[in-house]
Amino acid sequence: MTTVAVKPATMAQALTRALRDAMAADPSVHVMGEDVGTLGGVFRITDGLAKEFGEDRCTDTPLAEAGILGAAVGMAMYGLRPVVEMQFDAFAYPSFEQLVSHVARMRNRTRGKMPLPITIRVPYGGGIGGVEHHSDSSEAYYMATPGLHVVTPATVPDAYGLLRAAIASDDPVVFLEPKRLYWSKDVWNPDEPQSVEPIGRAVVRRSGRSATLITYGPSVPVCLEAAEAARAEGWDLEVVDLRSLVPFDDETVCASVRRTGRAVVVHESGGFGGPGGEIAARVTERCFHHLEAPVLRVAGFDIPYPPPMLERHHLPGVDRILDAVARLQWEAES
Amino acid sequence: MTVMEQRGAYRPSPPPAWQPRTDPTPLLPDAAPYRVLGTETAGKADPELLRRLYAQLVIGRRYNAQATALTKQGRLAVYPSSTGQEACEVAAALVLEDRDWLFPSYRDTLAAVVRGVDPVEALTLLRGDWHTGYDPYAHRVAPLCTPLATQLPHAVGLAHAARLKGDDVVALAIVGDGGTSEGDFHEALNFAAVWQAPVVFLVQNNGFAISVPLAKQTAAPSLAHKAVGYGMPGRLVDGNDAAAVHEVLTDAVRHARAGGGPTLVEAVTYRLEAHTNADDDKRYRADSEVDAWRDHDPIALLERELTERGWLDEAGVRAAREDAEALAADLRARLNQDPELDPMDLFDHVYAEPTPQLREQQALLRAELAAGQEGEL
Repeated sequence: MTTVAVKPATMAQALTRALRDAMAADPSVHVMGEDVGTLGGVFRITDGLAKEFGEDRCTDTPLAEAGILGAAVGMAMYGLRPVVEMQFDAFAYPSFEQLVSHVARMRNRTRGKMPLPITIRVPYGGGIGGVEHHSDSSEAYYMATPGLHVVTPATVPDAYGLLRAAIASDDPVVFLEPKRLYWSKDVWNPDEPQSVEPIGRAVVRRSGRSATLITYGPSVPVCLEAAEAARAEGWDLEVVDLRSLVPFDDETVCASVRRTGRAVVVHESGGFGGPGGEIAARVTERCFHHLEAPVLRVAGFDIPYPPPMLERHHLPGVDRILDAVARLQWEAES
Repeated sequence: MTVMEQRGAYRPSPPPAWQPRTDPTPLLPDAAPYRVLGTETAGKADPELLRRLYAQLVIGRRYNAQATALTKQGRLAVYPSSTGQEACEVAAALVLEDRDWLFPSYRDTLAAVVRGVDPVEALTLLRGDWHTGYDPYAHRVAPLCTPLATQLPHAVGLAHAARLKGDDVVALAIVGDGGTSEGDFHEALNFAAVWQAPVVFLVQNNGFAISVPLAKQTAAPSLAHKAVGYGMPGRLVDGNDAAAVHEVLTDAVRHARAGGGPTLVEAVTYRLEAHTNADDDKRYRADSEVDAWRDHDPIALLERELTERGWLDEAGVRAAREDAEALAADLRARLNQDPELDPMDLFDHVYAEPTPQLREQQALLRAELAAGQEGEL
């Protein structure tokens, strides 16, 4: 029996590898942002790229998010594929006008003549003890803007596969990187050929029959942990990792909910006006007659992101997820 | 002794190696706007160029008048006229080579037309028939930009990309005086200067951001002064003097193409008409002010220079007016036809491939349209 040497790798390493492979494969791919060059990014995701590809292809820009994204628009107009880094979730807000007024709709306003293949990498979410403005989950804003794809990986292989797909996409993609998973390790051999994941497909991370946890990004490992813990209660939970918020994979999600009859949506961002409301509504509209209970949401509180000393109370954890599962009125079945 | 005296005057101590990056003196604009017409310099101008500018100004004025008239007839949803500012529009379009790019604001339809965009296609946005009627790549004119100053970083990025590819391309971006207050103006100029991107920024200072006068927009001595802080030259020019605007922009384009980096050009001009048909300019400016500017009309200035020097005869004036009438008649005829819009197009070009969600919505609209047609039968 032969054993294959499989090294554990981090999500950060997979993202770096994806950027390097994309730049090597296509000379039009340009990485740009604040600190991405010499420093390799504050999370080191762009480490070594400036050295390998030169400062023209991995560029330290002035500190100005609207300028970074606006310049990327012009670069994309001229045939480049800019990959922009917004250093932290809340730092991206100055670039929102460029995002919603131009990036998202240039293809549409020019009737397809001027597509903008821009990838916007946004390290997002909490759980790393970041101080104010370093832990926002801003996916609802991006989801609400037609013309953007919104993608977020939860595993090391997905980080690679989805980032490659995002860069290859002819449409703008907001690529949300769950920063507390940057150092999570996975069985991933960087020496093997990697697969590129098509954008828009959810995946069942764990099969189960009792209820479906619908989640994405940083909450995926939490849900998997909750599903393990739920076994003690006799609940067999299925976990669906959305991977792509736009487009949304109704098919995979609804197939799961129709099997289990119960669903809880789990995410870090606030519940009011958040992604969970959209997801719960979609599931209810499509699976109403299969549902044994209302679709519940376990989300962050509707508060500005709390200080790091209190964030553990805000972030949806295993207990809160299990409490929600318990509220799915199990007695109705018995 | 005051607290400040105790602490000493604020004097930041520079690090040992500190040197100013650029001597600001050569970057500063002249105190008064640069002029050619009515000065001795005009005698050295190329008569052929001035005649060409003149012909385009006359066409531009007629185009503005026709578009405004079509607004009153309900054929255009809105038209921000550039009447009075034609010299800037025409010069901006004419200084560029074919391979260069123009980044217009919403008021710069005329610049797009002079650059070769079909006049009806240039008005598509303002007609309410889709957002950009022309192919931006056909004449290298970016879509008319409604948000203020947001097209400026695009111009910088495009010029930067062209240079990275080794192409000899310049981008010229137009913005109004109000637009200089926006953050994107600052970020674009800063990026352009840091990257030494081949960009020319043309500020058409027409006196008002809708109703707000320049004095409430900036405390700078001139908008051209803003260039100095970014480390690029600022040029101040009489925006109603077509020869001067053309010359200054030509210099700036040449400078950019030669690798000298960006220039900020402020053209001082005046909007003779209201901001748009939705605006009442009588509320914020006196007729006497408008009349004073009418005496400094770009067409009259150039026509006087040309005729006094014997470079333009009556036949030349007549020919320009006939061309303008022909363009206006064509515009009128084509815009008086109702555009044919297919509602099913709503779902095209949101993404390269429609999402499953858009396909569902497309099916819904198709069914609604089919039901509507049945109802009519």
